[in-house]
Amino acid sequence: MVTTITMPQLGETVTEGTVERWLKKPGDAVEKYEAFVEVSTDKVNSEVPAPVTGIIRELLVQEGQTVATGTPIAVIDHEAAVGQSASAPPSTLSEMAHSANAEPVPGFNIPQSAPKPAAANGRSETAPPVHASSEVSLRGASPAVRRLAREHRVDVAAIKGSGANGRVTADDVLAAAKSGTIAAPTATASAAKGPSTYANPIPGTTIPLNSARRIIAERMVESKHNAPHAWSMVEVDVTNVWKWRAKEKDRFEQETGYKLTLLPFFMRAVVESLAAFPLMNAKFTAEGIHVNKDVNVGIAIGLATNLVVPVIRNADKLSIRGLAIAAGDLIDRARKNKLTADDVQGGTFTVNNNGANGSYASAPIINAGQAGIVTMETVVKKPVVTADDAIAIRHMMNSCLSLDHRVVDGYVASGFLADLKKRLEGMTASGSI
Amino acid sequence: MAVMNNVEAVRATLYDAMKSDDRTVLMGEDVGARGNVFLISKDFIKEFGPDRVIDTPIAEASIVGIAVGMAMEGLRPIAEIQFADFIYPAFNQIVGEAAKTRYRSNGEYTCPLVIRTPYGGGVRGALSHSVSIEALFYHVPGLKIVAPAFPSDVKGLLNAAIDDPDPVLFLEHKKTYRLIKGEVPEGHYTIPLGKANVLKEGSQLTVVSYGLYVHWALDAAKQLEADGRSVEVIDLRSIRPMDQQTILRSVRKTRKLLIVHEDNKFGGIGAEISAMVAEEALFDLDAPIRRLAAPDVPAMGYAEPLEQEYMSSPALMAEAMREMVAF
Amino acid sequence: MARSDTQMHPPLERHGLSDDQLRAMFRNMVQQRQLDNRGFQLNRQGKVPFALGSEGHEAIQAGAAMAFARGKDILAPYYRDLGLALGIGLTPFEILLSLFARAADHNGGRQFPNHYSSKAAGLMSFSSILAAHIPHAVGAALALKIRKESGRAVLVTCGDGTTSEGEWHESMNFAAVHRLPIVMLVENNEWAISTPLSLQMGQPEIWKRAAGYGMPGKRFNGFDPIETYQAVAEAMERARNGGGPTLLEGTCYRFLAHSTDDNDMTYRTKDDVAAHRKDDPVPRFEKILLANGVMSDKDIAAMRKDVLHETNEATDKAEALPFPEAGDLYKNLYEGAWQPWQ
Repeated sequence: MVTTITMPQLGETVTEGTVERWLKKPGDAVEKYEAFVEVSTDKVNSEVPAPVTGIIRELLVQEGQTVATGTPIAVIDHEAAVGQSASAPPSTLSEMAHSANAEPVPGFNIPQSAPKPAAANGRSETAPPVHASSEVSLRGASPAVRRLAREHRVDVAAIKGSGANGRVTADDVLAAAKSGTIAAPTATASAAKGPSTYANPIPGTTIPLNSARRIIAERMVESKHNAPHAWSMVEVDVTNVWKWRAKEKDRFEQETGYKLTLLPFFMRAVVESLAAFPLMNAKFTAEGIHVNKDVNVGIAIGLATNLVVPVIRNADKLSIRGLAIAAGDLIDRARKNKLTADDVQGGTFTVNNNGANGSYASAPIINAGQAGIVTMETVVKKPVVTADDAIAIRHMMNSCLSLDHRVVDGYVASGFLADLKKRLEGMTASGSI
Repeated sequence: MAVMNNVEAVRATLYDAMKSDDRTVLMGEDVGARGNVFLISKDFIKEFGPDRVIDTPIAEASIVGIAVGMAMEGLRPIAEIQFADFIYPAFNQIVGEAAKTRYRSNGEYTCPLVIRTPYGGGVRGALSHSVSIEALFYHVPGLKIVAPAFPSDVKGLLNAAIDDPDPVLFLEHKKTYRLIKGEVPEGHYTIPLGKANVLKEGSQLTVVSYGLYVHWALDAAKQLEADGRSVEVIDLRSIRPMDQQTILRSVRKTRKLLIVHEDNKFGGIGAEISAMVAEEALFDLDAPIRRLAAPDVPAMGYAEPLEQEYMSSPALMAEAMREMVAF
Repeated sequence: MARSDTQMHPPLERHGLSDDQLRAMFRNMVQQRQLDNRGFQLNRQGKVPFALGSEGHEAIQAGAAMAFARGKDILAPYYRDLGLALGIGLTPFEILLSLFARAADHNGGRQFPNHYSSKAAGLMSFSSILAAHIPHAVGAALALKIRKESGRAVLVTCGDGTTSEGEWHESMNFAAVHRLPIVMLVENNEWAISTPLSLQMGQPEIWKRAAGYGMPGKRFNGFDPIETYQAVAEAMERARNGGGPTLLEGTCYRFLAHSTDDNDMTYRTKDDVAAHRKDDPVPRFEKILLANGVMSDKDIAAMRKDVLHETNEATDKAEALPFPEAGDLYKNLYEGAWQPWQ
């Protein structure tokens, strides 16, 4: 083996060093820690010790020459393994350490703060207005008024304020919403006139493609063309999860401001099933089936005129709470059109929560570059036959999987779905979310 | 249940602690023979002896530093700084040593220390017997700080501070010593650090305070109640850890926040609460967060008009509350 | 081994120390110097960012360590006490863990190197703040007194510069008021980074302050481990038996710069240092041991080889271990788990 020694940094602000005198010549033996060269810098004169025992093969710098820190200065032949390189820390948390009990911090890999609601990153503009004219009236409105006006679709300009100096207060907005007197003009009212767009399609017209529609079209074709799609479905008893969610949702919403849906529970089960079936977290390449190291789960979000799939990176390292907050933030920002390029890249698997619209089964198109996409369909209370042949009313939900048949066969796919079903059915309330 | 004032509550709690755990040692200036300048430890030295009730030299840095060493060695010292205004020489030992003992030794050594000190004004104490010091210390991770306002909280929090395995700064508002009386449950009990107390529920405004001022805030809130305005008053009790959830829950309900404290405004406790609420509950706020606090001068002067200008009053608090409710 | 050596050194006054104990002190001194040097080597190899040397302190620390009762006494040292730490039971491996800032270090890699801590050995954790540890030592001694534990004492050390700090004075005063079982050993190496004694104190003989505080004081040659042992053992026994505190001053010299970030040629000359090198305690004691037949050249060579081997093994073993993880930042702030806004 051969080790190349570089000019060390002999002081905090030092950037170069001069080889004053070689203490060894090529062919000489040198012991580990034995001085083999004298180096000087403007702060310090030092003998530099050898990092290994061996024979000097080559000296790369002449006496008197000044080189930058990190420049190779000598090469040593040696037998034993070098061990750790000079300045890099050992790469793994090794078996050898009787170091700090590595109790995992629950839920989080490192306690990085969960993605905060959009307001926290200091952007001055917060909520998009409900309609162009109401944007003007929101100027001077407090954050609570803006939010409530948006949520209840109330036109603040049309309210007489009861606050100081005629200010419209949050209570005023709530009162107006309750009495139903003021409603913001909706998008459809103005749709009658104007150009035919994806948001307002007029029969008998051709809507030009914008970049979003063009990209969606291209990606869908690419995916369907390249990946032979196969499809499977399981029916899952989500009664336990449903109950758990019901128990936690008010407190969770109060604490975080986000709604608690079944999605984070489902995602938690998905990441665990992906760990058990790593081929589902893979992609087909010319070199072979690349099994991804990270588990970055995308959430397919259908907006009125667009389909976006923001990604939760390292989703397997998040608890249900962590997933709920991360998903809540992404969905929130997706709806406000505030996703960044980073948000939608790097996904390795996708989840599609279809159920809100009452869908019972669906055959989604795989995100190009992934091996599968799994859905949550609507939850229906059904009579089912239990293990002891009785009839019980249970919350049932279908889960559908489209899979890339180049990567996985039915064996893996059905194994994955069966595993997912088992995990979801086995999810009982354990502590608070 | 006994009725006692705050200074009696401190005394009774300390006595019980000394009696029940002989690792407990009281130390400070004049705590022994004199029994503390407010008579909190009167006659303790007769019962527990000079080994456990120590009249120290006038040397605040080492009053705390020696207590740190005792705590590292397994005793449960309670170091007293005669007036909070005298605590500055001990800053090195409190912030640089006590707060860091567990952290720097990665848990091998700990510092179960209580530092007690009377603070606050309204007693014509002038520049060096009236200051509030919590803002200087609440910034420091590794340190805990409590400032109870009621006798029952004094007992519960002092017991919790004494039991706490980490250093706790226990602040006693000297004006409330004899002014505030209340019922105190018998027997040993603790109140967990980090839990605020909603003294009065309301729906139109949240007022957060602690110490003497929480009593005045409550008075002011009751005045508003008589006029049909509903104000919620929260007694922080614990400065660090601070009860973030109780504050947020209240603000999400009332949508308006007024923080009232005796300490200077700039960089006071109200600054951190404001930042936290703005960060976590911006979209629930229907009015700017407001802080009623002392003007930014070093301390209240001795002359009465100077002290009055520095300090607030129930009337001033009520005025601020009315303005915010009406906003 | 020339017989004429005995004329240069007076006959050996052992103060009750056996040959084994003398050899143990010498080994401690050799090991201290070897480990000290290893820190600088690793720094020059780019493996550790900081090293702080203790050359010149080998005798005072070996002698003091010999007077320390393991398992009973408490040590409150400062950051130049490598030899004392080794002498009371810390291993080269533990020392190197702190140099490399590995997770397995007593301090979890949090402190600067040389900030030793070991509950098992009775070595109190300390920070980089000069004199802040002195009241802690006094507090520990007060705890011994309150618990009526005779037979135990606290040995607290510091450099000459630290004796200027207010907390040093307050501590000495308190220790004397309460006749505490504590020995204050000042390792006077004449320099506080670049500040010489003449700028540090009005009374250059530190031990003379003892009378001012109301306790016995003594000065001795800190280059002589046996003389050190005698002074420290006597003071520690006094403390253990309820005789109260003592202020000891051991004179030595700081041969190296303050640390790897210091260039001592900016404030003293090579000649100054060379003049003091003549009294280097390690070769000095080696000569004494040889002259008195306690060790032979062969014994010494074997001992040095053994110490080097031990140091190399410990270096490799410590270096192979991992750094703390990022998540470890949040551990052990309070007793419970870290939470935001707490």
